[in-house]
This record gives sequence, structure tokens and C-alpha cells, in this order.
Amino acid sequence: MYKILKRRQLNENVVLMEVDAPFIAKKALAGQFIILRVDEKGERIPLTISDYDREKGTITIIFQIVGQTTMLLSQLKEGDALLDFVGPLGKATDFEGAKKVCVIGGGVGNAIAYPSAKQLFNEGVEVDVIAGFRNKDIVILEDEFKKASTNFYITTDDGSYGEKGFVTNKLQSLIDAGNKYDLVVAIGPVPMMKFVCEVTRPYGIKTLVSLNPIMIDGTGMCGGCRVNVGGEIKFACVDGPDFDGHLVNFDELMKRNSTYKEKEAHDREHCRLYKAEQ
Amino acid sequence: MPNMSLTKVPMPEQDPNVRNKNFLEVSMGYTEEMAMEEASRCLNCKHKPCVSGCPVNVRIPEFVAKVAEGKFEEAYEIITSTNSLPAISGRVCPQENQCEGKCVRGIKGESVSIGRLERFCADYHMKHSDAKAVKPQSNGKKVAVVGAGPSGLTCAGDLAKKGYEVTVFEAFHTAGGVLVYGIPEFRLPKAIVKKEVENLQDLGVEVKTNMVIGRVLSVDELFEMGYKAIFIGSGAGLPSFMGIEGEDLIGVYSANEYLTRTNLMKAYLEDYDTPIIKSKSVAVVGGGNVAMDAARCAKRLGAENVYIVYRRGMEEMPARKEEVHHAMEEGIIFKNLNNPVKILGDENGRVRAMECIEMELGEPDASGRRKPIAKEGSNFELPVDTVIMSIGTSPNPLIRSTTPGLDTNKRGCLVVNEDTMQTTREGVYAGGDAVTGAATVILAMGAGKQAAKSIDEYLSKN
Repeated sequence: MYKILKRRQLNENVVLMEVDAPFIAKKALAGQFIILRVDEKGERIPLTISDYDREKGTITIIFQIVGQTTMLLSQLKEGDALLDFVGPLGKATDFEGAKKVCVIGGGVGNAIAYPSAKQLFNEGVEVDVIAGFRNKDIVILEDEFKKASTNFYITTDDGSYGEKGFVTNKLQSLIDAGNKYDLVVAIGPVPMMKFVCEVTRPYGIKTLVSLNPIMIDGTGMCGGCRVNVGGEIKFACVDGPDFDGHLVNFDELMKRNSTYKEKEAHDREHCRLYKAEQ
Repeated sequence: MPNMSLTKVPMPEQDPNVRNKNFLEVSMGYTEEMAMEEASRCLNCKHKPCVSGCPVNVRIPEFVAKVAEGKFEEAYEIITSTNSLPAISGRVCPQENQCEGKCVRGIKGESVSIGRLERFCADYHMKHSDAKAVKPQSNGKKVAVVGAGPSGLTCAGDLAKKGYEVTVFEAFHTAGGVLVYGIPEFRLPKAIVKKEVENLQDLGVEVKTNMVIGRVLSVDELFEMGYKAIFIGSGAGLPSFMGIEGEDLIGVYSANEYLTRTNLMKAYLEDYDTPIIKSKSVAVVGGGNVAMDAARCAKRLGAENVYIVYRRGMEEMPARKEEVHHAMEEGIIFKNLNNPVKILGDENGRVRAMECIEMELGEPDASGRRKPIAKEGSNFELPVDTVIMSIGTSPNPLIRSTTPGLDTNKRGCLVVNEDTMQTTREGVYAGGDAVTGAATVILAMGAGKQAAKSIDEYLSKN
């Protein structure tokens, strides 16, 4: 069992948990993920590692409540434990010695963008962070990002906080202002990553994206997480989850991620938690 | 005087039209009387051809003789002296190509049903004996086993019996490997696998789940932690796809994914959260045991039409005869001599049909089987909403890519000395699908057994 040492509600739908997992904490690097199972009847779901503390032996996960499993997970309190917690899975992000990097997060994707910014900044790299949110109410990790970036920008779709607009607008204006990035790291909803890649493509700026396909085992066994990268089948769990965004077929990923959307919608209405209460 | 009946004593089975709607075990096993009657068909041949067909050298005529006498526990003891997982091998071995394929009774009539008798003895023991295995005196030497599938569990069991301190590292949350994620409940009840694992734990084997070796710990770190030898039984790994158009559509699964969702993650039980597509018509591409398992699961999950699409003929199918027979009885439709060309989707990106082309058999190819050749212009659409690709796997890259000095062949399989199962690194042994590519449970068990013997010899010298 893997004990939850800390639980913090970051906004209405986003929760942070610090989990006791010393073996994983020893090895975890930015870009890697874990797979967890809440209880015996639960699904295995992948979550990217948001932070780790090698001394304390903890892994931090930040997740948005979207379906059955994240709903169950969000109900757990400090002191409760997860049945299964396995990792670190996937390849660590390869920053390829970049000297000036723009790290872009969208919504809860900021939780996954954060460790990249932190690692790069600690290595002395010049890091600009663009954190995009729908509105002010869902802004997360602002203080953390400020400590892990050279320049930090917030955008909101409705202009209720930071600059009004999308992360792509901000990225374009930074490029226009003469910033020469040798790497862009974009993590967030699939359409956001797709459009960031379209912004960087004409400039030939290498753009890494972190993909979140449906996954079960996470160790290269089931093939559920296959994605099309440069016309080839790649498995996000062992070949990724980071890929060269200019080669990723995002439309195919969006399509495949909708496989169980009817069930997900149904679960939000009829989660077994609530069934149990009735 | 042996029982000279030309046919095996039939084993009671659930009615095909009942069982294709449930996940309970298909075959219900022999009664004591049936087992004794079947055992009496054995001629007790002096040259024991059956034993030479067994990858783990079960002393078959000896145990069968004990069954014939009604001494079932003694028969069980004989089996387990060389085979640590008889309840499993009795159910899933391709006996027709192994022990039973060499049985003299098979020349004229049916062979002795060695598999059913092995299963009977194991089940009898589980039911009647509560004697727990006892941990032998420790020799103080630690061995790590990577992967809790058939090869790893066999290797662990054999080493534990010799007094080694064995730790098994398993990536999944449950021990068993393909026995739990791949082979369905109706063919191998998971309670049996659990019991076999508990047996090993009684022998002192420690099983650590949720440990992906190659990520959380490397092979080198295992040595640093004091393990004196390491056995790698990490299994088959990445599923292959055909590379045809439409494999990205919603409703295309690898057999591994479909089976994992169904078996390990229990998608067939209402109260589990695992989603799986509720299919009406399913095409399973391939002709092996895994394809049969996937097809039979799809049927049980409620699909009306389930097709096996295989490019060669019935004769060439690699699946066990019994699985093909059971699948047919359950209403699986065999579309042999057909090959998929592309998968067609609807406006929502969901599978609506699979285009196939008819095949005919030509001259034998490198595998010795007649080569399938496409018949020009014979294309047709098979209306399906789900396609399950069951055309093999390639080995998992995690360990080879994180362990210096481990040689692999062109296909990515670990290279071992076939007599000792030693890899190209001292103290590191390997077996099962990680070495052979997708093969059978019993071959993996045989490899685990051989590796345990080699590890014992190696560590006795050092």
C-alpha cells in the first residue's frame, strides 16, 4: 500500500497528492509517469509525475477529476493509501542540452510542465514559462512556477487573470519580440499541443509534447497507448510519453482518446461512490 | 491388463451454448473413477516416449500408474518432483504436440489423456490436502527473478526448494504474468494461479509486485543489493500490428489489450471499473491460442458474431486442437484462408468493416507450412465493429535497453546459451518469451527449470 502523506485541493477540480513511494522517488525524472490503482476493482490509470522528493521518498501527483477513477481518487484523504502505485514509467524528457527553453502548460497540464521547468531552471537554463488557464479560478502552481522560471507569463481565455488569450498568442508574441528558443516543451490538452506545434513549425523550433493516450499496463505489453509519430506506430509507455510534436498525428490521438467517452460521461453521472451512498 | 478402449475417457464440460455466456471453467475435470479408468489405458512402455516429449520431464508412466491404483497423492508427489505448476500445465499445455503426441496408444486410436490426468492429480491435491509447503533451510544466497510468469515462477520454486532466498519482481499488481493477464478464467481459473503462487510463498519466495525492473531498479542495482544471480523472465512484450490502413480506428485492439482488460482487469464483471467496447461483430486476426482466447472472450462479452480471420488453413493453425474445437463448439466462425487488407471506419472513426482478400496455399515456406498466396480480385468486406489483432509480439525493450552487456538477436530476444540459459552476462540467466519470442507456457516453465539448475551450479561454485 502507498500512503497519501499530503492532499491539497488546488482548485475545484484539481487535486494534489504526495504519495509515499521511496523506490520510485529515488529514480523519478521529469517527463516520467506512474500508474496507480485506487482499489481492487479500480482501473489502472497513468498520471505524470509532478514532483518528487528523493530524501523524503515521495512522489507528487496532480490530477483533474474527469472520470470514475479520478473521482474515487479525489475522495481519499491524508493517511489513506493507494492499493497500487508503479513507476517511474516512460522515458525521462531529453532536453538535448537546450540553453533557452519555453515551457508551456495548459490547464492541469501545467502540473506536468512544472517538473520540466524546475529541472531546467535548476540546471541553469534560461526558462520562460507560459501557463494557460480557462479563467482565474483554476490557476494552479503560480508560486512554484515563479521560483522555477526566468520569465513567467499567465494567460487566461477570458482575461480574468494575467493576459487575455491563448498560450499560442503569447508564444507567438515572444517569438516576434526576438526570443530565440532552441526548445519548446508543450504539455496540456491535445488541441493546445497541436496548435503550439503549428506556431513553432515555421521557425523550426524543436517542440516536445507529452502524450496522454489510453493506457493499461504502462510497460510495453498491451499496445493500447499506440500513437502515430512520423507515420510509425509508437508506444507512449516505452517510446514516450514525450515525442517530437512536429511528427505527432494529434487528430488520431484525439480520436483514439474518445474510445470510452460515453462510458466516462455515464460514470460522471453514476459513479459507484454515489451509488454506494444511495 | 490395460484398458484397451481406443478413445479417451471424455471429460465433462459445460454445454457450449451455456458456457459461451459465462466465464466459468469450460472443462470440469475427471472424477476419481474417470481418472482411474483413463489411467488404466497406459501401457507403461519401457522406453517411455511420452517423457521425452515433456519439457519438464514429468515421470509420466509412474504417476499414471499411481492414478490407476487410486493413489492420487503419490501420483501428485511424482509429478511435482519435476513440475512445480501441474494444475496449470495440465490445463494449458499443448499435449498433442508433446507427451500425448508421442504416446504409443495414439498410433491406433487416441493417446492416453496425460494432460487431464495431470490436472486431476493437481486438483485432487488442492482439494484434499491442507499440508503447506515448508520453507527449506536457507543457504543464505539471494537470487532475483524478474517477472512472475510461468518461467519466473518455475525458476523461483526450484531455487527456493534448494534453499535459496528468492525474490520475484513483478511489474503488474498481481503475480502470474500471462497466466493472469492472458489466459482467460474459463480456461485457467485465477484461483488456481493464486494458489500456486501462495505455494511458492510458503516455500519462502518473496513476491514484490508493482516493480518494473529496468525502470525502478536496474539489473546492476539488483547485484548491488546482494542478489548473486538474476533470472529474467520478462515475457513477450510489445504487440505487433499488420501495418494496414485503419489500425488507428476506434475498435481496433491488440489481443494483449483485449485480454488484459478482460482477464487481469476483469472487464467482464459488472462491479469492476475497466471499460471495454461492447461489440456486436468481432474479427480476431490470427490463428494461435491467443487468438482463440480473444475470440472466446469476445463471445462471452456478448458479441453476436465472432470471426477468426486466418490467412492459412485449418491444418496450419498453431492453436491447440482443443482450443479450436472448443471455439467452434461455442459458435466462433472460422474464416480461414482470408487475410485483412484494410480496416474501414465510419464518420466517427469507429470500425465498421474489415476488407479481406481470399488466400490459397502454395509451396511450403521457411516455416515448413504452405505459403499463403492472395487470390487477385477476391476482396470482400466483413462487417464488424471490433478488430482484435493477434499476430504476435516482440520482446519488451525495458531490460535490454537498461542493462549493459546483455546481447539480443535481430528480433530483440535475449541471447542465451541454450543448455544453461545463461545470457551474455555472468550471473544473469533468462528464459520464456523474453528469449524465444511468443511461445508456450510449458516451454517457459522448462526454461525456468533449466535456469534454476544452472544458477544452482553457478552459485555452488562461487
